[in-house]
Amino acid sequence: MSNLKYRLLIVGLLVAASIVALWPRTTIERVERDGVFAYDTVKRFPVKRGLDLRGGMHLALEVDQSQGTVADPADAIARAERVVRSRIDEFGVAEPLVQRIGETRLIVELPGIDDPERAIEVVQQSAFLQFQITDRTQALERVAPRLDAIARDLNLAVGGTADGDTARSSPIGLEGLLQADSSADSTSSDSSATQSQGASTGPFQRSLQVGQLPGQYFVSADDEPLIRTLLAREEIRNALPPGKQVKWGADSLLLGAGEYYRPLYVLDSRPIITGEYLVDARPNQDGLQGTVVEFQLNNEGGRRFRTETGRHVGDYMAIVLDDRVMSAPVIQSAIGTRGQITLGGSTLQEAQDLALVLRAGSLPVPLSVVDMREIGPSLGQDAVQQGIRAGILGVILVILIMITYYRFSGFLAVIGLGLFALFTMAMLAGLDAVLTLPGIAGFVLSIGMAVDANFLIFERIREELDAGRTVRAAVDSGFQNALSAIIDSNVTTALTAAVLYQFGTGPVRGFAVTLIAGLAASMVTAIFVVRTFYLVWLSRQQNPQTLSI
Amino acid sequence: MIRIFNNTNFDFLGKWRIASTALVAFIVPALLWIIIGGFNYSVEFTGGTLMQIEFVEDQDVGRVRNALGSAGIESAELQRFGSDRELVIRASGAADVARQVEGAETVVASIRQALDQEFGEDAYTVIRTEAVGPRVGGELRQRAIIALLISFGVTLIYLAWRFEWRFGVAALVSTIADILATAALMRYINLEVSLFVVGGLLTVLGYSLNDKIVVFDRVRENLKKFQKEALSALLNRSVNETLPRTVMTGTTTLATLLALLVFGGEVIRPFAIVLTFGIVVGTFSSMFIAPSVLLKIEQRWPHAIGARRVTTEGTAPATQS
Repeated sequence: MSNLKYRLLIVGLLVAASIVALWPRTTIERVERDGVFAYDTVKRFPVKRGLDLRGGMHLALEVDQSQGTVADPADAIARAERVVRSRIDEFGVAEPLVQRIGETRLIVELPGIDDPERAIEVVQQSAFLQFQITDRTQALERVAPRLDAIARDLNLAVGGTADGDTARSSPIGLEGLLQADSSADSTSSDSSATQSQGASTGPFQRSLQVGQLPGQYFVSADDEPLIRTLLAREEIRNALPPGKQVKWGADSLLLGAGEYYRPLYVLDSRPIITGEYLVDARPNQDGLQGTVVEFQLNNEGGRRFRTETGRHVGDYMAIVLDDRVMSAPVIQSAIGTRGQITLGGSTLQEAQDLALVLRAGSLPVPLSVVDMREIGPSLGQDAVQQGIRAGILGVILVILIMITYYRFSGFLAVIGLGLFALFTMAMLAGLDAVLTLPGIAGFVLSIGMAVDANFLIFERIREELDAGRTVRAAVDSGFQNALSAIIDSNVTTALTAAVLYQFGTGPVRGFAVTLIAGLAASMVTAIFVVRTFYLVWLSRQQNPQTLSI
Repeated sequence: MIRIFNNTNFDFLGKWRIASTALVAFIVPALLWIIIGGFNYSVEFTGGTLMQIEFVEDQDVGRVRNALGSAGIESAELQRFGSDRELVIRASGAADVARQVEGAETVVASIRQALDQEFGEDAYTVIRTEAVGPRVGGELRQRAIIALLISFGVTLIYLAWRFEWRFGVAALVSTIADILATAALMRYINLEVSLFVVGGLLTVLGYSLNDKIVVFDRVRENLKKFQKEALSALLNRSVNETLPRTVMTGTTTLATLLALLVFGGEVIRPFAIVLTFGIVVGTFSSMFIAPSVLLKIEQRWPHAIGARRVTTEGTAPATQS
């Protein structure tokens, strides 16, 4: 009987280990504490619900190579992962997940968010900050005729430059547009020259209107698409003056007679400083400037900034974020470690997000979203309820079938089924598995399949009894003879589940894991636990003549 | 004690011609259909965008369609979902998928914009969004096919190791027939093929093999026990002996699937349909197809399963070799 004692001990240990595995655990997670998100210790049930059960957003990102190839995407995505993680940590969701999948893909999971567009913006924004001095040599005016000649050769100087446009913009004149501006400078006289000349010569000379400050030009909303296309051409880019760059302003301006103009800036290519020296950024609201983001540089950055701005007093400094000029203030005197970016009419939320991404640092490469899924919280709740209801009904049906058909033995199997559920959940907890909707389906299904091993054994015992064996012998050989079929059939199912795990993603993996855990648990319960129950029952009978099976 | 199908003596192998004809008749038209028209793939596989929208009030589908049309969403399919307030928008036409090259979220953004303009931001909520870029879609399709093939390969190797290669081939051939029949059903009822459904198909694969193994395990045992019996009679005996278990396991599994079908909700339903059908077919083919295939293989390449005389089906004289 010591054999039986060991068996009972093992069953007891299995149950105890399962309960321990399922006991609420203390883990460190990003959670909300008094409205602030921070890493903290929390106690929670070890099996987490997947995004499809609690709602949220799933994003898969890859290095965007459409603007130019990236030499080492695997390395780039690894660096991007760090940046994205620090941004997401500050984004304000509990238990976010940022994970690299394979060589080139990044997964971001944000449970329970309600503004997916904002989240995508925060993840995707490059946040590459540069400070560049605007050109004061009228470089663009000088090359404009040549650019027009190239545009003519490319046959691109058509469309959007119909006579109507020129006719409308000419009489207004730039002086007229900028009357209100007190800082009108010496270049304004050149502008009319450029303008009158441009009307007949080509798109650049025709549409570029000199702006208020050196290196700034205005392009009307009608001409903007054409100029954008032209500036994207390599031939045009190569013809720009050496050491200069052309960048668009972030916002269009309403000038003169209700027409929108977008500023275009000619800048020194070499930035005097970039955002890598930035240590802090905070949103603020300024009565005069509207929404701003104030930033602070570290000591080294501050030193450089001071030297460079000292050298450029009186010049205009463009603050360039992701290749768009946010603003271009004049440098009054050397600037130290502090500065600000004006955002014009943006909301405070947008300023907050910009400050957040600036603090987290710029993305080393542009990322593009290749897969996006979002599940509303109500859908997840419904799914959980439906899953639970289906599970309960499934269990009731299986219990009814087992007990009606196998009586006492069926009852033993049902107790085994309870332990099966416990073991399966414990295994999922041990594997840190995430419970998904397919996972629940897999679990419900595995309840139906878990009893298969019991059927194999019970039918075998019945055959042995039919063959005239004693109850004891029939139980023994029933378990023994059914073993090979149980193992072979479970192993093949587990093999297909393993393949499913290897090739599936997200929820389907959840299904595969649940199925494998279920198979393992069902083998343990059917072969070992239920047999132990039998042995306990047999040990209490002197010489059983009948078995309720 | 309740017993079903106890000590039966059905001639399963004798029915192989009817059974396999029925199976082939079911599979072939669908197979042609699949070759010509493919499956009704979900956006996961085709790439594209799916949005489930709930309006605050009942909305006319035509109005939503117009709003989307003027926003340049060309191939949007609209479908009511449950109530009149819920709607599924699916944009998976070539033009819309191509737009998602620059970012999977682009079409989602324009759908939202179009709805905001037409109905206002507060008139609806987005319940579910799936936006899959074309590359991910193609990748998943490829992975699903590879997964199926690898499953076949791995199980064949396992069976060849545990049994004899003929058993492995017979089990696999009949399991492939089950998978094809299930795929045929998916085609006939125009079931949307999602990753979850493919998962269901792989589960059918596992379950169906499982069923055949139980029968073949009995065959393996009986081969030792009844060395003089003709193979066709022995196969019939094995199927009959395992019949109660086959029926009981099928019943309980179907019972849990029934629960999933009734209460599992819209997302689980396609999966439950695939499994229900797959398990019925798998059970059927374990009784009628798999043993017959094994017999055919043995007739073609004799003397591998013990040295016994193989008889043609129907006539079962137990002459010994």
